Amino acid sequence: MKLDAGGKRAAFMPYLMGGFPSLEASVAVGEACADGGADVVELGIPFSDPLADGPVIQAAGSAALRAGATVDGVLGVCERLAPRLPVVVMCYANLVLARGPEAFAAALREHGASGLIVPDLPMEEAPAVLAACDAAGVDLVPLVAPTTPDERLAAIGARARGFVYTVSVVGITGEREALADAFADVVARAKRATSVPVALGFGISTPAQAAQAAGAGADGVIVGSRLVRAVADGDDVRALVAGFAAALS
Amino acid sequence: MTDVEHRFGRYGGQYVPETLMPALGELEAAWRTAVADPGYRAELDELLRDFAGRPSALYRARRLGEHAGRTLYLKREDLNHTGSHKINNALGQGLLAKRMGKQRVIAETGAGQHGVASATACALLGLQCVVYMGVEDTKRQKPNVERMELLGARVVPVEGGTGTLKDATSEAIRDWVTNVRDTHYIIGSVVGPAPYPAIVRDLQRVIGDEARAQLLEREGRLPDRVIACVGGGSNAIGIFTAFVGDADVELIGVEAAGDGLASGRHGAPLTVGGRAGVLHGSLSAVMQDAEGQITEAHSISAGLDYPGSGPEHAHLRDTGRASYVAVTDEEALRAFATVTRLEGIIPALETAHAFHYALEEPSDSALDLICLSGRGDKDLAQVLARLGA
Ligand SMILES: Cc1ncc(COP(=O)(O)O)c(C=O)c1O
Repeated sequence: MKLDAGGKRAAFMPYLMGGFPSLEASVAVGEACADGGADVVELGIPFSDPLADGPVIQAAGSAALRAGATVDGVLGVCERLAPRLPVVVMCYANLVLARGPEAFAAALREHGASGLIVPDLPMEEAPAVLAACDAAGVDLVPLVAPTTPDERLAAIGARARGFVYTVSVVGITGEREALADAFADVVARAKRATSVPVALGFGISTPAQAAQAAGAGADGVIVGSRLVRAVADGDDVRALVAGFAAALS
Repeated sequence: MTDVEHRFGRYGGQYVPETLMPALGELEAAWRTAVADPGYRAELDELLRDFAGRPSALYRARRLGEHAGRTLYLKREDLNHTGSHKINNALGQGLLAKRMGKQRVIAETGAGQHGVASATACALLGLQCVVYMGVEDTKRQKPNVERMELLGARVVPVEGGTGTLKDATSEAIRDWVTNVRDTHYIIGSVVGPAPYPAIVRDLQRVIGDEARAQLLEREGRLPDRVIACVGGGSNAIGIFTAFVGDADVELIGVEAAGDGLASGRHGAPLTVGGRAGVLHGSLSAVMQDAEGQITEAHSISAGLDYPGSGPEHAHLRDTGRASYVAVTDEEALRAFATVTRLEGIIPALETAHAFHYALEEPSDSALDLICLSGRGDKDLAQVLARLGA
């Protein structure tokens, strides 16, 4: 995939939980994201034990599973959103391994996904999934964190496809009052370590913070918990997304 | 020393968020340095001896032996300070945390025994301690919550999921992702990402090392069978490891069959088999549905109420070196009563599963060694309620 910011300083990349509050409603959320000016959408597949997620995304995932969301159901959401904008699927390793990396990657391609992010699949465990994604023409997007040392960052950056997902904080997903002090540093280090674009996520919850991320050189800005909370509260997702997109233009 | 394995056959690995990867590397390096340092070993051995009360006794249970029709020896981990085998690991990792300069310790707990052991080690070593415990478990193991709080630990009840050990472990890992720079996570069993399964095994293998020597001295022979209960599998690996090279010694892990394996309400992923899966950072036998969602475990004993298992156990099973069986809630309760009345020992409900298998299932074994992993005081309220007393 090419991370295209559509002339903005950085691409805007909202996260939504597939199947929350229902499969049909999550299609509408994705469409609202596209209407509001999102450049890429990250589509979460709910998992029973999401180790990298804070309370808001955990609760949305549990609700989606209770409402009957399945992997195929969420891939159906992917298929409906893909004609509107690139979809990057985010899911935990066991869902990929349960189906098998080849079958999972093939299903992603069939349903129009551009990329895959697996938050509990570090470089050491990734070779089989990376090979399967490469064969299917789907980008396996790696994560890097503020704790990742430079040599490791270089190794991850060299294997990156699509973009590098830079985690802004030492921590899990969730809204935060302010961006962590070190976020600009990890963006700069990631940019030096890779030739693909660098997106920043985790904790970004206001348009001002998104602008700050773009100012630090991020090529993409990912907003998760803030948007999922908006869906939970029944707020106007399109307007919220438009506000973030405007802050990046 | 054995190696710090990342994989046991195809099982194990490090399926964790990137944020933790450097910390796992740092932990492994600190562990390698510690085990190579006679000072660490000496400090730990002194604590195990004078603080925890090791070596634990090897006890020949004559009345239970008559009942079973063979010679039974019990490795008395229930006599350790804090009442279970969990103190062996908590002291070893507590000392390691201190060496790494981490002032804050977190732990997960099911039965509360690992939480109590960690809180105890932290009180002793002057470390701050936070223990995650499922809400359901804070109710059924209340005395242990009170003990942890008295020891100065903060107990955080975890609401998510079923409010049991799985959810407590997930929450502890999330805390570690957030506070990894100043926090050491004392995982309580041979589960989690590498290097934890190897570290916890090496800290628990003292159980089997002692028992093997004690039994050779007493009987001049090895046991026909070694039997231990399996939650994550730390007391079982602890007693198995010394015997793995003794091909004639049968190794049997006893999981929780809960309401019965057929009911689906159990905690027996090794016994049931099926596709391996990733839970809490490693690939092993897990309870999961066709899509890979982890399913809920059930057991009367909080320490066995876990849908995962240690990766080394999955490997021992696949290679045929150890076998795994499961015992229901009802059977465990009956064994609990039998052991209490015949031997004057109140076992933990976890351990009662191992006792049922040893006492009631037919075998031509002449001599069994059973790991009495802990004492049952924590279970009294629950057992009395179940027995309708
Ligand atoms: C007395 C006792 N035995 C066994 C267990 C199960 O753990 P493991 O399988 O790691 O020995 C526990 C766990 O809480 C326990 O308290």
